[in-house]
Amino acid sequence: MNKRPATARKLGLLSCHDCYLLVEAPPAHDHCRCPRCGAALHQRKPNSLHRTWALVCAAIILYIPANVLPITITSALGTRQADTILSGVIYFMKSGSWEIAAVIFIASVFVPFAKLVLLVFMLLSVHFRSAWRPRDRTALYRLTEMVGRWSMVDIYVVTILVALVKLGAVATIEAGPAAVYFAAVVVITMFAAESFDPRLIWDVIEEDI
Amino acid sequence: MAFSRILQILCATAADSRPLPEKKPAAAPLGTGRPNVVACHDCDLLNRLPAGTGATLVCARCGAVLRKHRTNSIDRSLALALAALIFFIVSNSFPFLAMKSGGFIQETTLLTGVRELWEQELYGLSSLVLLTCVLVPLAQITGLLYILAPLKWAAGPAPHAVRVFRLVQEVAPWGMMEVFMLGILVALVKLGKMATIIPGISVFSFGVLIFVMAAAFSSLDPPLLWDRLDLRR
Repeated sequence: MNKRPATARKLGLLSCHDCYLLVEAPPAHDHCRCPRCGAALHQRKPNSLHRTWALVCAAIILYIPANVLPITITSALGTRQADTILSGVIYFMKSGSWEIAAVIFIASVFVPFAKLVLLVFMLLSVHFRSAWRPRDRTALYRLTEMVGRWSMVDIYVVTILVALVKLGAVATIEAGPAAVYFAAVVVITMFAAESFDPRLIWDVIEEDI
Repeated sequence: MAFSRILQILCATAADSRPLPEKKPAAAPLGTGRPNVVACHDCDLLNRLPAGTGATLVCARCGAVLRKHRTNSIDRSLALALAALIFFIVSNSFPFLAMKSGGFIQETTLLTGVRELWEQELYGLSSLVLLTCVLVPLAQITGLLYILAPLKWAAGPAPHAVRVFRLVQEVAPWGMMEVFMLGILVALVKLGKMATIIPGISVFSFGVLIFVMAAAFSSLDPPLLWDRLDLRR
């Protein structure tokens, strides 16, 4: 008696990624399309682990210049001041707006870091065929997918500052090099989360039964 | 939220007394036009969806939300998408924020930041902001209108409506207006000490737009729409 749970894969069915229609998998299901919505059908997201690893590695590398280099350069009355993400957080803490310091710290430092740690954790757990709390790991994946966008907040702050603070010789704010690296980290981790297939967490457990 | 409404649904596990017929495409209409078996998008378990419940259905194994009941989905989404279009136009046509410091007044619109970044030769960054705050929301709104209006007022779906709906769903994570709104608040606090910031009509309309968009998408019923737009018809 086969005790494996009835999944679409076990019964030879494909679930459309876009409209969730269940389709019987044709013998060679490399290039078939969903009869209802026309999306390409795959058993699992193609090359999920390789793609996610590659994107996570790229994001980890870019995370360093994003935090070390200045994100804004303020020129006021002849002086130039370069601020990194963390120096901005410290400035807000010292000037008493700890709520804003918390928002920036969580969105720009903590969330990207936590996202990378979680993605690496999920990739390793699939790699080592872990059977540990698959339900919780799937919930973690959903969380990772959801919070990533909020990291963009710092990019928007820079955009607004650059647009507003243009007072000629009195004060100007320019975007620093870290802004580009930071935006790249956010975009790449969003793609990484999207390319990871949470069904792999369950696949390895089913295969090991 | 009433958790009592969340119904753990029966699934076809080996222990289940109602196994699914093997090798049969479960999407084949079973009585009504809507399939009652779906594979969970997060763990691939086949779940049997009970027909006609007003409950939120979650996957029996991993807890992912599989179906949410929507009332009057097409009418509500259409109305909200129309409202969103109006607020979108207002947000992009009026002054956004103005900064007053000494004798200077610097007035901006939504697109000023994008232009400034472009002039600083940060083309990627500028495009990213333009995409996530203007183009993607515009695509979402017009896409929704294109799909929903013919379903409401015409006999059948618009040409290529299926492709448009897939696009609308795929770009959704990249529409980040609510994150931009948080960015505005942070920037206001940051500048509040050195200058007076005057919020324009645009900011308020943008704030409303975020809620209207969120409402339009949360009243959307994708399974119903896929059923109505079905390419096989």
